[in-house]
Amino acid sequence: MKVRVVTFPGSNCDKDVGSVLQDSFQADVQYTWYKESFDDIPDLVVLPGGFSFGDYLRCGAMAKFSPSMESVVKYANKGGKVLGVCNGFQILTESGLLPGALLHNRTLKYICKDVDLVPVKENAFANHFSGKLSIPIAHGEGAYFADESTLERLEKNGQIVFRYEENPNGSLHDIAGICNEKGNVLGMMPHPERAMNPYTGKMDGKQILEALLKN
Amino acid sequence: MFVAKINVTLKESVLDPQGQTVLRTLHDQGKGQIQDLRVGKYIEIKLNASSLKEAEEIAQGICESVLVNQVIETYKLVVESQ
Repeated sequence: MKVRVVTFPGSNCDKDVGSVLQDSFQADVQYTWYKESFDDIPDLVVLPGGFSFGDYLRCGAMAKFSPSMESVVKYANKGGKVLGVCNGFQILTESGLLPGALLHNRTLKYICKDVDLVPVKENAFANHFSGKLSIPIAHGEGAYFADESTLERLEKNGQIVFRYEENPNGSLHDIAGICNEKGNVLGMMPHPERAMNPYTGKMDGKQILEALLKN
Repeated sequence: MFVAKINVTLKESVLDPQGQTVLRTLHDQGKGQIQDLRVGKYIEIKLNASSLKEAEEIAQGICESVLVNQVIETYKLVVESQ
């Protein structure tokens, strides 16, 4: 199983997600510097959490102009699987692979804590989970926003993958993660890679990556 | 030489918690006359172009491709010759 993890200047969860994919799934993980393009077809591309380009201008705004992102967009349009976590989710919305945008948390506070995610039964991917998942969040700009017609479309198409049980940041419709219409691009603010090792006391993140790799 | 002056703000329909926090502080200071307040950002670009019209087109293109996320933001652009 081949996985590419794209590293941008300011990414800080690239090694975290890469190492858990290696350890838990024996994945062949390649780290792709943002200046590199690629044309192979891995099993998964991950846009990790962090602060790409220092979050200057807007979170994820600069990253979309990277050569690596041009490759990611082409790969995703061919049906390749992409996971964007936290800053990766912000990059996916900025690059147009997912609709909407991420705003400052309503409280203006940076939030770092475990939250309960409720998989949305209308979404095929979320049907892999039997119940709630406890996954950490760590973000200052994680309030999902989209206009009314986009939200209606997401609801109607079953594109909302996870909702927060208790909304921590002001996300509309309690959205914690969404996918594109085809279902091959998933963006989420919570960090599944931080709940995949017994040392952290939480393992629910493993279910998410497992479902993504098997789906 | 031309100067493009760009003000970017969140759309009216988007909650601006930063603006609301500043507004609340001003109200706490007794400045109840202030009805609303929104926080945005100001960007200034110096550029060379053969005419004001060309400079405006370049600046508008930069706003819409890079500087502004039109899902959540709106902008006002003024281009002046220098």
